[in-house]
Amino acid sequence: MSVDNTKDDFMTIAGRQFSSRLIVGTGKYVDYAENAAAAEAAGAEIVTVAVRRVNLSDPSAPMLVDYIDPKKYTFLPNTAGCFTGEDAVRTLRLAREVGGWSLVKLEVLGDEKTLYPNMPETLRSAELLIKEGFDVMVYCSDDPIMAKQLEDIGCCAIMPLAAPIGSGLGVQNPINIRMIIEQSSVPVLVDAGVGTASDAAIAMELGCDGVLMNTAIAEAKNPVLMAEAMRHAVIAGRQAYVAGRMPKRQYADPSSPLAGLI
Amino acid sequence: MDVKINGETRKFDAPLSVLEILQAMNLPSQKIAVELNLEIVPKSAYDSQMVVQGDQIEIVHFIGGG
Repeated sequence: MSVDNTKDDFMTIAGRQFSSRLIVGTGKYVDYAENAAAAEAAGAEIVTVAVRRVNLSDPSAPMLVDYIDPKKYTFLPNTAGCFTGEDAVRTLRLAREVGGWSLVKLEVLGDEKTLYPNMPETLRSAELLIKEGFDVMVYCSDDPIMAKQLEDIGCCAIMPLAAPIGSGLGVQNPINIRMIIEQSSVPVLVDAGVGTASDAAIAMELGCDGVLMNTAIAEAKNPVLMAEAMRHAVIAGRQAYVAGRMPKRQYADPSSPLAGLI
Repeated sequence: MDVKINGETRKFDAPLSVLEILQAMNLPSQKIAVELNLEIVPKSAYDSQMVVQGDQIEIVHFIGGG
């Protein structure tokens, strides 16, 4: 492992290799130009996107793909707004038709206030999508039992929340995130709840393979600068995890030798 | 004929293909996906797939999302 682990330390999802471990969303930005600048500053290789009706009254309105090039970034279509497996399958079939994507992000929400995932429906949706040939990265609760079931049915990445979507509260349950990491043989990414750079670093220090975030960058006062901070945080957290941290001690341990004191 | 597109009823002169509808509405066919009566229309079929009275069409694209 070199000092700059980004050179030879890839994140592999469904057979695809990525050198960046930071996936960024494309929602909530002031405009697509700022969005594109933030994705660039984040060093992201994967961006999440949503599928929605085109604006019939203004077909000349700017389109996401005019600013963020699908040839440069891996588009990860999501199922935001879907509440059933059938909705999710319908949405992602359309996404696949726009440009042929099979790598997708499944999120089936159960409650509008918490945006917490509906796990029984998420599991059922994942089964439907996998049967259709999709590679499913799944947004889920931080319950290790659910995470294991999702892996067992064939999800290609497990993505537990750090905290509720858009809350910026950081990793609320590091014990569960760590349990999920230890039991999983597919990549584990914290998805949702990161608020600032240290949150991303903490997720990576726990051993996450990557972090997915949107609001933390989009709602920063300076999104492009925050995107760069997140890039550094994810790299730093990954390096610290690979380096292996020192053990914690109850009391002090001097850094300067006591022998030879005058 | 009346065709419902993205929930709005629109009037067109029949007969019309999916491609002709997209062109009439100035929509870039390479950046969108089309669903006709809940079935996906592959891009290769835009020219041959005809639309008839009462059809329901959804036309979608990618927007920002998390």
